[in-house]
Amino acid sequence: MNDLRWIDGVLGSARPRVVGALLRYFRDFDLAEEAFQEACLRALKAWPQNGPPRDPTAWLIFVGRNATMDQVRRRAKQEALPDESLLSDLDDAESALAERLDSGHYRDDILRLLFVCCHPDLPATQQIALALRIVCGLSVKQIARAFLVSEAAMEQRITRAKGRIADADVPFEAPSAVERAERLSAVAAMIYLLFNEGYSARSEEAAQRLRLAGEAIWLARLLLRLFPAEPEIMGLTALMLLQAARMAARFDHDGNIVLLEDQDRSLWNTEQITEGLALIDKAMRHRRPGPYQVQAAIAALHARAATPQKTDWAQIDLLYANLERLQPSPVVTLNRAVAVSKLRGPAAALALIEPLASRLSSYFYFHGVKGALLQQLGRDSEARRSFDAAITLATSPAEAAHIRQHLDHLDRQAAKNP
Amino acid sequence: MLYAILCYNSEEAVAAWPKPYHDQIMASLDVVQDKLNKQGRLGPVARLLPTTAATTLRKGREDIVIDGPFAETKEQLLGFFIVDCASLDAAIEAAKDLAKANPGTGSYEIRPVAELRDYQVAKERKPAA
Repeated sequence: MNDLRWIDGVLGSARPRVVGALLRYFRDFDLAEEAFQEACLRALKAWPQNGPPRDPTAWLIFVGRNATMDQVRRRAKQEALPDESLLSDLDDAESALAERLDSGHYRDDILRLLFVCCHPDLPATQQIALALRIVCGLSVKQIARAFLVSEAAMEQRITRAKGRIADADVPFEAPSAVERAERLSAVAAMIYLLFNEGYSARSEEAAQRLRLAGEAIWLARLLLRLFPAEPEIMGLTALMLLQAARMAARFDHDGNIVLLEDQDRSLWNTEQITEGLALIDKAMRHRRPGPYQVQAAIAALHARAATPQKTDWAQIDLLYANLERLQPSPVVTLNRAVAVSKLRGPAAALALIEPLASRLSSYFYFHGVKGALLQQLGRDSEARRSFDAAITLATSPAEAAHIRQHLDHLDRQAAKNP
Repeated sequence: MLYAILCYNSEEAVAAWPKPYHDQIMASLDVVQDKLNKQGRLGPVARLLPTTAATTLRKGREDIVIDGPFAETKEQLLGFFIVDCASLDAAIEAAKDLAKANPGTGSYEIRPVAELRDYQVAKERKPAA
């Protein structure tokens, strides 16, 4: 059996725990990463011959730490300038590790690792890039490709981010319950941001960016394993799974956007839907609703509808009303308007979004939704103005093409009834 | 004799397999299943969703519902049921009925099934009832 790809799976999944633990010992990102790389190299040599160890994670931590400590000592000799801070409390750690790491330890290590990546001093794009590099283990090249920037630019972005958090001084003690909850919500926000980087990808670049959505789901599952009873983490995971399930149906062959109600539902991924529904069921039992759970519940109602006509718009409207209370935002109200138009007609929906005009005047979807509602009401010239506004705000050819279709339709109407 | 063959592995590691490798492994497993099925020796085959989707009912004076998979190391897997349920609540109800019928210690882990292949062991091979 020469196929060593199973080892990649083991190394990849052990990475967050191992790098998290090594970061606790060395308190230095670059050293922790170097140590992990070294441990992986040795695993690739040793495991095919001896078989995988019983606890690959503990093996990698041991080997990575010992190898790197040797190196640090050797370097210290050569350079004749021992860096005391690098070697501090390693002796304690050695005996502690011998007793094997318990899951509580792992949990705070990984959470710290994730939390460091979403330090508030870092702009969102750097948070995501750092998490992809350090936690998910993507190469700089892969991350650069996903973000459509050059490798050099991405390298610089990551180096800068690492520099900032090195100065930021994240405490290494186990966090208090309140701190843990805060970290958890910061990490959840970063994961959802990462997901949307991938999910909002247009078809032409989809393959590269879809990977980001996959990494986000992977991180959410990781978090859920550490915090199995947190309903918002269940909700976040469910939300991403249910949205990802529709990925294959969101664009047609020519790269045009296919709206939810026009999607071929047989292209939806049933396994992701099953998992998403199971998680949202679990979350609801806690009766501690939060924004991720409510959004997931909305996505679940779409996923449960065998045809668009069977969509439970009344329930969706209620859930959006809930979301408006939990997380007031004009964008949430705009989404609610779609449900309202299905339930009570376009006039009611229009009344709901008109007050948002000043706050959403530069938002593509606002003008798109408004145009569609006006069109349904037969107010064609106003609809045209909204679509014209939308087209100037489109962020991709697919969005512009979608609005173009509406305008063409209006043109044909005008030609028929001059 | 009927044997249940239970699959254990690190779900994180398996989830981290690249898609081509995953598909290749599934295809080679299909070959083995096909062979067994043609011989009339294969019963139902199920692939379970990750343990993050699991809930556990812990039996006791009062049953307790816990998020996450079964985690005790001093109890062993004794059997399983495949039940069609409209919701997790319905599945928990079914597990509670089982717990009532078989009170005392132990747990029921409730895990959604990702894929079920309902093969049947050939009649003449099944042990007489």
